Amino acid sequence: MILPALAPALSVAVPLAAAFLAVVAPRPRLLVGVTVPAMLAVMALAVLGVRQGGPLVLAVGGWEPPLGIALVADGLSTAFLVATALTIGTVLVVALPQFPIRQNETRAGWAFWPLAFLLWAALNAVFLSGDLFNIYVAIEFVTLATLALVALEGKAKQVEAAMRYAMFALFGSLAYLLGVALLYAAHGTLDIGLLAQLPAQDTASLVAAGLITAGLAAKTALFPFHAWLPPAHAGAPAPASAMLSALVPKASFYVLLRFWFDAMPEAAGAIALQLLGALGATAIVYGSILAVRQNRLKQLVAYSTVAQIGYLFLVFPLAGGSAEPQPWTAGAWTGSVFHAVSHAFAKAAMFLAVGHAVLAAGHDRMSAMDGLTRRMPMTAFALGVSAVTLMGLPPSGGFTAKFLLLTAAFASGQVLWAAIIVLGGVLAAAYLFRPLARAFLPDRGRYGTVPRAQQALPLALAMLSVVLGIVSAAPYDFLQTGRPAAAEEGLE
Amino acid sequence: MTGLDTATLFAWCGAGLIGIGLYGFLANRHMLRRLVAFNVVGSGIFLVFGASGARRADLGPDPVPQALIITGIVVALATTALLVALVIRYADLAGRATLPEDEPGDDGKE
Amino acid sequence: MNQALPLIILATALVPSLITFFLAEDRVWVRNALNLGGAVLKLALVVFMLAEVGRGQVYQTEFELVPGLSLVLRIDALSLLFVTLSTVLWLLTTVYAIAYLHGGKNLPRFFGFFSLCVFATTGIAFSGSLITFFLFYELLTLATWPLVVHKGDAASIRAGRTYLGYTLTGSAILLVGIVWLESLTGPVAFAAPPQLAGLDAWSLRAIFLLLIAGLGVKAALVGLHVWLPQAMVAPAPVSALLHAVAVVKAGAFGIVRVVYDIYGIALVQEIDMGLPLAAIASATILFGSIRALTQHGLKPLLAYSTVSQVSYIVLGAALFSQTAVVGGLVHLVHQGLMKITLFFCAGVFDERAGVHDIDEIDGIGARLPWTSVAFTLGALGMIGLPPIAGFASKWYLGTGGLEAGQPWVVAVLAVSTLLNGAYFLPVLYRIWFREPGPNAAAAETEGPAMLLAPPIATAALALAAGLFAAAALSPLGWATLIVERQYAP
Repeated sequence: MILPALAPALSVAVPLAAAFLAVVAPRPRLLVGVTVPAMLAVMALAVLGVRQGGPLVLAVGGWEPPLGIALVADGLSTAFLVATALTIGTVLVVALPQFPIRQNETRAGWAFWPLAFLLWAALNAVFLSGDLFNIYVAIEFVTLATLALVALEGKAKQVEAAMRYAMFALFGSLAYLLGVALLYAAHGTLDIGLLAQLPAQDTASLVAAGLITAGLAAKTALFPFHAWLPPAHAGAPAPASAMLSALVPKASFYVLLRFWFDAMPEAAGAIALQLLGALGATAIVYGSILAVRQNRLKQLVAYSTVAQIGYLFLVFPLAGGSAEPQPWTAGAWTGSVFHAVSHAFAKAAMFLAVGHAVLAAGHDRMSAMDGLTRRMPMTAFALGVSAVTLMGLPPSGGFTAKFLLLTAAFASGQVLWAAIIVLGGVLAAAYLFRPLARAFLPDRGRYGTVPRAQQALPLALAMLSVVLGIVSAAPYDFLQTGRPAAAEEGLE
Repeated sequence: MTGLDTATLFAWCGAGLIGIGLYGFLANRHMLRRLVAFNVVGSGIFLVFGASGARRADLGPDPVPQALIITGIVVALATTALLVALVIRYADLAGRATLPEDEPGDDGKE
Repeated sequence: MNQALPLIILATALVPSLITFFLAEDRVWVRNALNLGGAVLKLALVVFMLAEVGRGQVYQTEFELVPGLSLVLRIDALSLLFVTLSTVLWLLTTVYAIAYLHGGKNLPRFFGFFSLCVFATTGIAFSGSLITFFLFYELLTLATWPLVVHKGDAASIRAGRTYLGYTLTGSAILLVGIVWLESLTGPVAFAAPPQLAGLDAWSLRAIFLLLIAGLGVKAALVGLHVWLPQAMVAPAPVSALLHAVAVVKAGAFGIVRVVYDIYGIALVQEIDMGLPLAAIASATILFGSIRALTQHGLKPLLAYSTVSQVSYIVLGAALFSQTAVVGGLVHLVHQGLMKITLFFCAGVFDERAGVHDIDEIDGIGARLPWTSVAFTLGALGMIGLPPIAGFASKWYLGTGGLEAGQPWVVAVLAVSTLLNGAYFLPVLYRIWFREPGPNAAAAETEGPAMLLAPPIATAALALAAGLFAAAALSPLGWATLIVERQYAP
């Protein structure tokens, strides 16, 4: 079958083409109407191809690594591709009425579309790259699109947030690039598949690994590199925030996962793994505490992202430990991917729903929530359902993730991480309680409303995160396609 | 002198540039200066990268780093262009080109 | 059929719930028909199942979510005890709620969560494994919170915060206990209890404490009970549901499962956890009764009475005696019938005469005779007056205490009975023998049939459960069957 083999190339090419078209022929309705179904079809192809024939590998231009660049779609990549397609697809449809192109067009209305499509193409390129330098280029494109989306409305606050983000992102890029250069100097290849076969415990590799990890952690907004995230994600318009918070940090986390589990499992030292876990744990606690103290809805949701990112990093200590094969490592690895994906759905749904509440109220103070269950029941429900996922309560993908991580923590005897995981759930309830409780208050004052069809979209996205918890056997098996050996045997 | 020594020299120069750039990045608060510093660091890394390609004397010069460096330069250029645009916009709106938390002890209000 | 029946029964609550959420506010008839229809259908299916399980049939359905996390539905005699109670009371509470909330606001939301709550409770009863139990237990927390804050005033929101704070922390602790246990033994199913005998006793004790503490929040053990009286701000049907059917019972039911279907009472004794649990239960019984004495409001009095009465179930499970566990299990049903009667009546007193506090109830018996009779039956049953249901529970618990070699249990029961009398009898005296106060004078006539029929029905059931306790299909008969079939040594 030739079609599934083309799916990796199409998943980058289609949104990229849409981005160009959005510049020359700004017809968002038409572009979204064609691109989103087309991409969903491509995703179906990719899933089908991976399920039937294992990982899809496409050597671009017919050049094999190490000279050429490979696009690889295994279970992990495809899971992120699909999550991205569903999330961005929904976001774009919700964005249609919010970024109209009129005769006297605003810049935001015009620029959103090419940037959103560019971001989509760049994210897919990250997920498909089998080469560390190619990843660098792709992730730079993610950063560029993100920067522009943050500054989209061009107000001082937003440009400032974009610049602050740029400082962290630049530092991250440079550290990553230097690490890549050192790795190349040491091994003469940057292909992940080839790197995996080399011994990698020499000093140059370890320094390179440190630089790459630090750079990616800065881009993922891992504590203590988190300061840029809340102003950037809260300042952007809601559909942009949804993509930024749900997907962009996942791209750099995905690279970290690839780097440690696929490329250099040998390089991981116990101290480094515990350190990453400790930073993740601090992010969970600190991010949640800051989230509790926010008085603006979008700020609160953005700080929640800081906390939720912390869970992702617990995979490193939970999958590490000893040189023996460890039965729980697969659970920890899969759990972190489940967390990444269900958080993507839930956080995008939450930002979109909050965006609707803010549109109706005309401001994003807490009182925008008043009476929401009565005024806009579907929006309130979407918020409630996505909150369930963020708290990691059943039935949701968030719970499945939490259960897998918890099981790994107990099985490997690392009870401290188990305590953090559980504490994080309670803290999430603490910061989400206030807005949700206000939805039950009677509403005072005048509110606009949002068409029901629009309200239904975030709800559908939120329900996806719940479905992921109920129908989790199939995605679990799918993720194991082409799973790296280290995800079975443990790092180190 | 052999090619190996030239390569080492380039590598040390690259490292030196990275150091200078990092200093500039930390010492300056004006965003344009930071941007220049970022480019200095980037150039240093490219130099190190290029040197790594020349070190394999036994295999002859390695073309891959050169291709990667060119790509990297394009990416850096694009990033720089976008950031310059942002800084100009910010300076127009806010009347300064430093981030607020960097204000005290500023050297950027020129 | 054996595979599908548990799912069909769950669907009778879930489907009406999901549809109700998105019905327009003014489609009252569709909403009521859906909820009542679901409840009636469920009752019919449960009655069918009772007959089958009575003959020894077991229903089981299982599907794997991820490795180590399976959804297991299994219906045994103990499940059916809980399900039958909740099904009968759900039907009556739905009738009552329709009348009580008639014309109110946000009713689609209310009935949606109400049915979701019943779905979760049924799931808890049907759970065949510990993790399945947890899934539904947590869903119950989420489904009841919107009911607690339903009125949307500041007091409700506060109560909701306390409720969530306690229950979510409780279930977090429970989850830790479950995962810890399963990391030692693999997935824990109730039908095939894990081999715990060889494990380290201190780990077993720690896990036991985590599980009981997590479940104890909903069962309102002393110290963990704070949310319960506060949740009284909710509308009367919700209080009825929380106190008699769903939340507190879920906790007590879970404790019975942990003691009997996971650890086994013998092991609980062996690791010295039986006596502490019995002591905490006894402390809760006395504490609840003493606090009930000092309440002025009618609903707070009933709330503290619940705190006290639910621990009878825990006490029965903690004692090393078959008779005691029969007493505990049967109290699950008896307390449900009696307490829901009391809450229904409290709702009617409030609705028809504006009675909130005990001193407003003077002479209400003359104005609202049917409600007052039902209330009296419930209260006397709580005190333990034969032949009302409560007496049988206490008798079995006391006998069981003697069997287990713990004669102090009888003393606890005796003191508790005195205290029950001390807080209920003055209320009954005021209802029947005081001159009608302003509230009674201003009271409307006894309300619509839909408001009045449920308390009368539950009071009659409480009386019947005591009168016909010897019958095979009485709650007592069924509890004996459970113990003989499942827990006989």
